[in-house]
Amino acid sequence: MMAEAAALRVDASLVLQRAQQGKSYWRRVWERLLDDKLTLVVTAVLLLLLVMVLFAPWFTVHDPYTGSVLRRLKPVGTLGHWLGTDEVGRDLWSRMVYGGRMSLLAGVVPVFLALLIGGFLGILAGYAGGFLNSTIMRLTDVLYAFPSILLAIAITGILGSGLKNTILALTISFIPPIIRISESITAQTRHLDFVEAARASGARPLTIMRYHILNNVLGPILVYATSLISICIILAAGLSFLGLGVTPPSAEWGLMLNNLRQALWVSPLVAALPGVMIFITSMCFNLMSDGLRQAMDVRL
Amino acid sequence: MNEAGRGSDGADAVAREAASAPLLAVENLTKHFSVKGSLLSRSNAVVQAVDDVSFLVRRGETLGIVGESGCGKSTTARLLMHLIARDSGRIRFAGRPVGAAHGLSRRDLHRQMQMVFQDSYASLNPRLPVAMSIAFGPFVHGLAKSAALQRARQLLEAVGLDPLLFANRYPHELSGGQRQRINIARALALEPRIVILDEAVSALDKSVEAQVLNLLADLKTHFDLTYIFISHDLNVVRYISDRVMVMYLGKVVEIGPVHQIYLHPQHPYTQALLTAMPSMDPGRRTLRAPLSGDPPNPISPPSGCRFRTRCPFAEKVCEAVPPQLLALQNSVAVACHMRFPGSGHSRADKTVPH
Repeated sequence: MMAEAAALRVDASLVLQRAQQGKSYWRRVWERLLDDKLTLVVTAVLLLLLVMVLFAPWFTVHDPYTGSVLRRLKPVGTLGHWLGTDEVGRDLWSRMVYGGRMSLLAGVVPVFLALLIGGFLGILAGYAGGFLNSTIMRLTDVLYAFPSILLAIAITGILGSGLKNTILALTISFIPPIIRISESITAQTRHLDFVEAARASGARPLTIMRYHILNNVLGPILVYATSLISICIILAAGLSFLGLGVTPPSAEWGLMLNNLRQALWVSPLVAALPGVMIFITSMCFNLMSDGLRQAMDVRL
Repeated sequence: MNEAGRGSDGADAVAREAASAPLLAVENLTKHFSVKGSLLSRSNAVVQAVDDVSFLVRRGETLGIVGESGCGKSTTARLLMHLIARDSGRIRFAGRPVGAAHGLSRRDLHRQMQMVFQDSYASLNPRLPVAMSIAFGPFVHGLAKSAALQRARQLLEAVGLDPLLFANRYPHELSGGQRQRINIARALALEPRIVILDEAVSALDKSVEAQVLNLLADLKTHFDLTYIFISHDLNVVRYISDRVMVMYLGKVVEIGPVHQIYLHPQHPYTQALLTAMPSMDPGRRTLRAPLSGDPPNPISPPSGCRFRTRCPFAEKVCEAVPPQLLALQNSVAVACHMRFPGSGHSRADKTVPH
């Protein structure tokens, strides 16, 4: 009996092993993500935020743009305004939800655009090497010389404020680091023996790129880009705070923080709330990026 | 007569002894890497990685290439595979020049000649199941994906791995020996006639190494292969090779049948190498280091004979004249002044110290 049970168990583990081995890489990454509770929680928070922001009218009662002088700076927990009101008497909850639209837009879109442009240029530079590499990388170095916040301030300073210009400025300031990372990952991969072996089998450069470079390079670049989203949200808020981003009366977390600054002594909790939202969102993006990186590490 | 011409004479003479025509003929192969200077100080220094190397590989034989690290073994392999461009020299495959206008194209060559790398992990794409890695070559050469995968399964079987268990695994799920079997299968996927094994078993532990060596021997007869076996392990080279080529600082110092090289080494460097080989008998252990120090810097190699700085028999002539690779009677070719009467070396006429 015992022996039989042991044999059965061995059989079962073998079946399990085979099942495991038949799965593709991305399938396994997905499964490992599902096992990672923290990543699941932060992803859920971000999804909830996204839904709330997209369907903002469903989640709010008051209009975010109309206020009343009579209801200025009500504290948290006021009847009808559970998060209180801001310095001109607008409902803070409504403004937080509507403000999330701008903040997320200005936080995600620049990183996405920079990922497309910077990723393409970086992989090209890393794979081509030689003159093309030097040209792209030296031009990147020029942009790299400025800290990204200064670069973004300078660009919006020149172009003027507004959401479009904020996105443009942030995109430009995120392209250099993404080029850098993509170039170095690609150059590293290109010199590995399996690329040599692929060349030795007579494959053309584009074929090697497609089957051997991209699948090794895209994952790490994507992870790096997601880690930039949190920085981008903070930068976008910072630009608005400085008056270079979204213009009043639009709701945006950074801008709200700036406007409520004067009320910091009167109702500190209300004044801090937009900052709390910025913090939660950027931390969630950061944790998600960490989880993604861990799930994509094949050696684990 | 110039140096290059005489160099290939030596190798030719070795070949003439063999009845069969050479499958691969390498003449005066040279590769110098320029050492990059910085933007302000342009340097003209070059590393003479492979300098005027000529040899032949006959069909069905195993040519072992030995030498210290940095002697140009791997560069030679990469030059043969056309993974790096040669500076000068000619490579002829089955009588046809490679890379010339009416000769074999690189792509044609890659169907005929494949390579197994030392690092079994780095030479497999970590994102592809191993069967895909094996199937890649045939797929690139126009086979449909399903047919290429079918061939990969057959090859897995040929290298002793059950396709059911291993085809869909990833490189990190395999042991070093299993990975190297996969690499061998990948090299065989294009049905090449020559396989270059660049330190292919060096990273494996001894028992696995023995298994893989036996597998290589089996595959050789089964697929009618010719091997170029690069290693620093003299015991392994002796076991697997028919002929051995000894390299030092980018030059061939001696080439010949394996028993001749191992029993009657002619070049003082070969002698030193063989003395350095660990003995199986503790009573016969080597007590004195046969050679001391490292090879000289290949950026500015010594004048004349490159080995003279470490050679116990070095004389004036060794400093002045670079020795040619010349054939002896017993199908061995050696590049040493001591072996040729009239070279000016005081030991040239005396009998060879074994």
